[in-house]
Amino acid sequence: MPWTKKDLLGLEKLSAEEITIILDTAKAFSQIATRSIKKVPALQGKTVVNLFFEPSTRTRVSFEVAEKRLSADIVNVNIAASSVTKGETLLDTVKNLCSYRIDAIVVRHSCAGVPHYLAENIEPSIVNAGDGMHEHPTQALLDIYTLREKFGDLKGLKVAIVGDISHSRVARSNIWGLQKLGAKVTVVGPSTLMPREIEKMGDGVEVSYDLPSTLKKVDAVNMLRIQREREQQVQFPSLREYARYFGLSTKLINQTPESLIVMHPGPINRGVELSGTVADGPRSVILQQVTNGLAVRMAVLFLVTGGTQISEE
Amino acid sequence: MLIADKEKFAATLSEMADKLATLPLEETILVGIQRRGVYLAQRLVKLIEEKTGKKIGFGILDITFYRDDLSKIALRPVVRSTDLPEDINDKIIVLVDDVLYTGRTIRAALDALADNGRAKIIKLAVMVDRGLRELPIQADYVGLSVETKSEEKISVKTEELDGEDLVEVIKK
Repeated sequence: MPWTKKDLLGLEKLSAEEITIILDTAKAFSQIATRSIKKVPALQGKTVVNLFFEPSTRTRVSFEVAEKRLSADIVNVNIAASSVTKGETLLDTVKNLCSYRIDAIVVRHSCAGVPHYLAENIEPSIVNAGDGMHEHPTQALLDIYTLREKFGDLKGLKVAIVGDISHSRVARSNIWGLQKLGAKVTVVGPSTLMPREIEKMGDGVEVSYDLPSTLKKVDAVNMLRIQREREQQVQFPSLREYARYFGLSTKLINQTPESLIVMHPGPINRGVELSGTVADGPRSVILQQVTNGLAVRMAVLFLVTGGTQISEE
Repeated sequence: MLIADKEKFAATLSEMADKLATLPLEETILVGIQRRGVYLAQRLVKLIEEKTGKKIGFGILDITFYRDDLSKIALRPVVRSTDLPEDINDKIIVLVDDVLYTGRTIRAALDALADNGRAKIIKLAVMVDRGLRELPIQADYVGLSVETKSEEKISVKTEELDGEDLVEVIKK
């Protein structure tokens, strides 16, 4: 089955086959990073705009390196200094960019649905680099890629996602993606950070409020960052208390099966959700996640910008 | 029209292996172009090792990213893996493919190889040369030469991928 979509908006609407195509393509791209010339002409002559309405260093750098390694021409739009602050609407801003006949836009926005809205209204490919508290598909894809690298088939694999589930687009994309590939997801966190009806998401998610006992039963744990910037009000008494009940400490990791691997989407709040020793320890695959993110983003950009477009169902 | 059956296929590969065996094998790498070139290269490596008792290098090259028609293809082709030995610098590389036609695959393969290092010599071995080149590219080792028209299709089948070894011309 070939890839037919012009955009990557989220994992909710993708099939297991489509996710697998991205992961397989990423595998082919991962090899390029080990060569002396780390660049291929796959997107030569194409222009990609990185349009970030939210601060981002890691994701933006990852996309930018991916675009450069594909030989695309890159435009980074700095929103703080752009005409959005002068009152221009989102669609006007983007339509202006489209007048240059660009080929793809990588967009991050604090409102859920912005990439979907743009994809319906403009011709270039849209890649969602995070929309509000909705989805962050490339992060989930690189998490899944890392799991596949470690465990092979994801069928029956047990993955715990820990932390602020209700504000997390990473959690949402991961749940959809992991379920489609046959993995079982358990979400763990304080009840104030657990969205209502989360247990009904997709094929069903297990909910736990007890991190130590959950960690004994899973193959991998994804520790989410406590996102202070997204919280409207205080959701737990103190960071110390959060760290005590939902942080992954050295003591706690020593009580888990040795095969358990630790992931984190970054940036890490050391000492809050993850202790420094665990983050740098042998169970951590955090830096492999970063490396894999590059290959995954190269694959996504390569696939969505493919030749003549076929309309999306 | 059948060009080569199982026996002729085997004999052709054997002849090619004889010619390739005259290269300095310790510094030579046979690089198969995805997909059927890979199987042919594997067989040539095996034949050469049987014939000479010496080892010869082997690698795999995927040229998808280097195709000059990428933007013309409606759907993204499947990207397969490249797996070359650590160092191809100052080595003799023999590219192996099933059919030599327009020469565009080989042009792409040369670009892909250049990004992996600087080979001393690059040679080309093909199972079938069907003519009709669009670029100034020639093969150094040719199994079978067949005159064809552009509306015809050459089909090379290999045991590994198709369950049988044969070469045939198909009228479209």
